[in-house]
Amino acid sequence: MKAIRFTGLILFLFSLSLFLASFFMGSYTLTHEIFSSIVKPEHQEMLRNSYEFDRPYASGITFVNHLKKGIDEINVTARAEQRWGDIIYDDYVSTLTRASATGAVTENELLFFMLIYVVGTMGALMFILPQAKLAGPPGIRHNHIFHNALNNRGWLGMLSGTLLVVFYILLYFFPAYITNWIIIVNPVQKLLNPSASSGQWFLYGFLYTFAVIVMGFRMLVKYRHSRYQVFRTISVMFFQLAFAFVIPELLVRLNQPYFDFKNMWPLDYDFFDAWHINMLTQSGGLGIFMFAWGITLFVIGVPVFVYFFGKRWYCSWVCGCGGLAETAGDPFRQLSDKSTEAWQIERLLIHGVLVFGVIMTILVLYNFFGEDFYFAVNKWTVLAFPAIIGAGLFFFHRKKFPYMKGGKVRNVIVGIVGFFTLGAAFSEVSVFAKYMPVDGNNFNFSSGNIRTMYGFMIGSMFSGVIGTGFYPFMGNRVWCRFGCPLAAYLGLVQRFKSKFRITTNGGQCISCGNCSTYCEMGIDVRAYAQRGQNIIRSSCVGCGVCSAVCPRGVLNLENQNEYGRFNQPISLGNVNKII
Amino acid sequence: MQHIVIIGNGIAGITAARNIRKLSDDSITVISGETDYFFSRTALMYIYMGHMEYRHTKPYEDWFWEKNRIELKRAWVSSVDFDFKKVIFSKGGDLAYDKLILATGSQSNKFGWPGQSLNGVQGLYSYQDLELMEKNTRNISRAVIVGGGLIGIEMAEMLHSRNIPVTYLIREKCFWGGILPVEEAKLIDRHILEHHIDLRVEVELKEIIDDGNGRVKAIKTKNGDTIECQFVGLTVGVHPNVDLVKDSPVESDRGILVNEYLQTNYPDVYAIGDCAQMRNHLPHRRAIEAVWYVGRMMGETVAGTITGTQTKYQPGIWFNSAKFFDIEYQTYGTVPNQLRDNENHFYWECEDKKKCIKIVFNKETNIVSGINLFGIRNRHEVWSKWLGEGKTLDYVVKNLETANFDPEFFKRYESDIQAQYNQQFPDKPISIRKKGFLEKLLT
Ligand SMILES: Cc1cc2nc3c(=O)[nH]c(=O)nc-3n(C[C@H](O)[C@H](O)[C@H](O)COP(=O)(O)OP(=O)(O)OC[C@H]3O[C@@H](n4cnc5c(N)ncnc54)[C@H](O)[C@@H]3O)c2cc1C
Ligand code: SF4
Ligand code: SF4
Repeated sequence: MKAIRFTGLILFLFSLSLFLASFFMGSYTLTHEIFSSIVKPEHQEMLRNSYEFDRPYASGITFVNHLKKGIDEINVTARAEQRWGDIIYDDYVSTLTRASATGAVTENELLFFMLIYVVGTMGALMFILPQAKLAGPPGIRHNHIFHNALNNRGWLGMLSGTLLVVFYILLYFFPAYITNWIIIVNPVQKLLNPSASSGQWFLYGFLYTFAVIVMGFRMLVKYRHSRYQVFRTISVMFFQLAFAFVIPELLVRLNQPYFDFKNMWPLDYDFFDAWHINMLTQSGGLGIFMFAWGITLFVIGVPVFVYFFGKRWYCSWVCGCGGLAETAGDPFRQLSDKSTEAWQIERLLIHGVLVFGVIMTILVLYNFFGEDFYFAVNKWTVLAFPAIIGAGLFFFHRKKFPYMKGGKVRNVIVGIVGFFTLGAAFSEVSVFAKYMPVDGNNFNFSSGNIRTMYGFMIGSMFSGVIGTGFYPFMGNRVWCRFGCPLAAYLGLVQRFKSKFRITTNGGQCISCGNCSTYCEMGIDVRAYAQRGQNIIRSSCVGCGVCSAVCPRGVLNLENQNEYGRFNQPISLGNVNKII
Repeated sequence: MQHIVIIGNGIAGITAARNIRKLSDDSITVISGETDYFFSRTALMYIYMGHMEYRHTKPYEDWFWEKNRIELKRAWVSSVDFDFKKVIFSKGGDLAYDKLILATGSQSNKFGWPGQSLNGVQGLYSYQDLELMEKNTRNISRAVIVGGGLIGIEMAEMLHSRNIPVTYLIREKCFWGGILPVEEAKLIDRHILEHHIDLRVEVELKEIIDDGNGRVKAIKTKNGDTIECQFVGLTVGVHPNVDLVKDSPVESDRGILVNEYLQTNYPDVYAIGDCAQMRNHLPHRRAIEAVWYVGRMMGETVAGTITGTQTKYQPGIWFNSAKFFDIEYQTYGTVPNQLRDNENHFYWECEDKKKCIKIVFNKETNIVSGINLFGIRNRHEVWSKWLGEGKTLDYVVKNLETANFDPEFFKRYESDIQAQYNQQFPDKPISIRKKGFLEKLLT
């Protein structure tokens, strides 16, 4: 058994290394044919002189840099001379790189796919499954989590966090560099839809699903004694595989719009984008159904289901972000911050994002139905605004936090200000100019620009780079806890109108702290349990892990009569208690 | 405004402090030599096993104390001058009080075995014990644990998590034999063996052998066996820590004696938690109850009396819980290890031999007096009500479903239990719970 695990680990590490190595493989040659078949005629003249043709590049990085430089130079000049029509927005860099790639990876897509993903899966499963026998009888096995370099922010945690962040930045902003990775998953793309070829988002969807499934098996082995955990894990694995990955691809194959039936606004922030509405409404019956379905889901589905089951029906049974958090993220759940300050920051941020998302959508819809609006504001005024609000909030609430001497709340305000300052700095860098629309010293506000900014700041940076990249630093629900506008909406319903609660069993709590430690949402469950109070928190995703790890059987997730849900804090046992 | 001094920052002392703060504006000082902040002693094992770090075991954030004006003082008290109302610190200095609460907890028992003070021999009670254990168990090839109780089995689990082979000596016929009836104890015995612990029942420690450098190298049992080991865990129970009242006007027996208001014989001095012994205990409770919950309840109660509302300590039904490796245990009411003359029991064990319940009831009246549950969770509130109202066996078995507290989708055993009940007690049959649609689908 131990030998199987060891072999599995070796195989997995081999696949991982090959995956990383493939980044550097191959050579790139831009030919005239490739150039003219990809670049639009009106751009060919401008670009032709910037590029060297028929020169083989050994390094993908240099190749991409050269392509990028050519386009950037043209755009910079065009901007400076205010020739707006001449700016190139097309992502030629990715498509040209993809077409110019030659070498081992390009010629052996399938082989690389097998060696990385098939062997990798085998290795991972060989490592994971024997635990069912080796780790002893079924039960909670959290031994050495806080002694472990991966699980407790040791060097392995730091390394994997950094790799994840780098991966996300490349994926979102510089996909041309990861052309080889995109090529390697092409065989799966062809399998699902022979007429397509894989792109950056296919790679992402594939890796995501891969992680959920493989780590889902880990979860199934780990919690094989708890049917709640088993069913829930199977559910997220199913929804990720079928609804998020396979069905949308098949829809495209059948010439229908790409659609994830379980995703919804406001998490799915492009649902109300003009192109999206048009795509759905112009795709016949199914498209219209999709549009109606998407709206029904958040208008009726959310309140009704949350009323009966709590927000867990979505967050820890269906959602893709939740699915990743509950499977690949499980080794990091103990890293969430349980302090009251973290809770305050959480409420500030998550509801802030909800408000931002709603305003953004209203503007986008306003634009869709009516005319666009436009105004420009001095960059520094925009940056000062959150700083003033932040400082004001802190000033008026300072009595509330006498114990926060220079604590995190202040840090957060500094953080917000810093974020915007960085935003301004970024906006000076040409790559980011398309996400942070500035013109001289002004921010140009139009619904389109605000939508782009939302996509950049919330969609890419928050939910992706920080949301997943920070698993090994801040726990597996960073996005769900601090940023997801849908979670905020579900949470509001859960808090005010729902049958769901976590019940505390009389006076049995021994304040050990397992529940709080393993709550991925950073809820201080013990604070309620030791007082005999039900846990009703908008952020609780109902993962049920607090109940599973409690060594005294104190906690139970229940949907019951709303009456008496907010019980008085009474831990049973003492007849003559005066408080 | 009076100054209330509490010695001991465990659950008893801290609950008293928090409740006094809620009820009054008195100034409060809590003294402890063990740690700066209150932590959960019951979680010591999880720190060793790496489930948590020390910081996770603190039930309140560090700012809490200042915000609630509870003064914390880290120091050992060497004695108390009861006449002049002041506590004296071991490092010098003293502190005057108007009212004193002794919440000094327990100490580990040691029964005078030869070699019991060798290096590598220890109990597990305090945070310092845990640090010591961390040191003592580094690079060892075998450990012996003596004493079949709650802390013993926790220690076995701790060592097992570090892959240290454990020999576990138990004086009784089976695990925790002084408390558990034999069926339940056997169930746990099997589970201990399943975890590859070398369990030896009816074996007593005779002596611990020195390796010549003041460190343990082996132990001898009364059967004459010698077991080589580099660590000995002595977990043969605890006794109240009465150090501060020995040779003082405050009366003590095994514990510090208190009346139903938790007052000692000496004015303005109270004792609560593990260190207290009730002069007249309620019939369904014991004089000394060294458990977490009692510390909490006494803390809640004493706060009333101290702030001017005389409040009797009146615990409800006995309850307790524990976890033996992977098997959870809960108990409500009284289930003695040996049935008394007028008692009978109903015992059900699951096919997997890892879950069971035992209900004890009166032979004549059928009134239930207590239940033990292993591997099944039940509701405290429901049992508290049933035992208070004197429900009979048939009622309880018929309504077991109401008491179930297992997570959703868990397999339910009520129908099995009820079927067995009908077989065993055919004269008073009850209706059997029907499975729900979803449940049938899933099983
Ligand atoms: C490993 C372990 C596991 C346990 N598990 C459970 C469980 O699962 N369930 C359960 O119900 N109970 C359990 N218990 C028992 C439970 O922890 C105790 O009953 C409870 O902690 C007693 O609380 P207390 O406040 O009375 O005393 P303590 O928690 O012992 O607090 C007393 C404090 O006073 C300090 N002190 C004593 N004398 C002095 C002095 N002279 N000067 C300064 N400070 C002093 C001590 O250092 C200590 O910090 C467990 C105990 C241990 C050791
Ligand atoms: S409170 Fe419990 S169920 Fe809710 S998110 Fe935290 S661990 Fe999961
Ligand atoms: S609820 Fe359970 S896990 Fe949480 S502190 Fe209480 S006993 Fe520990």
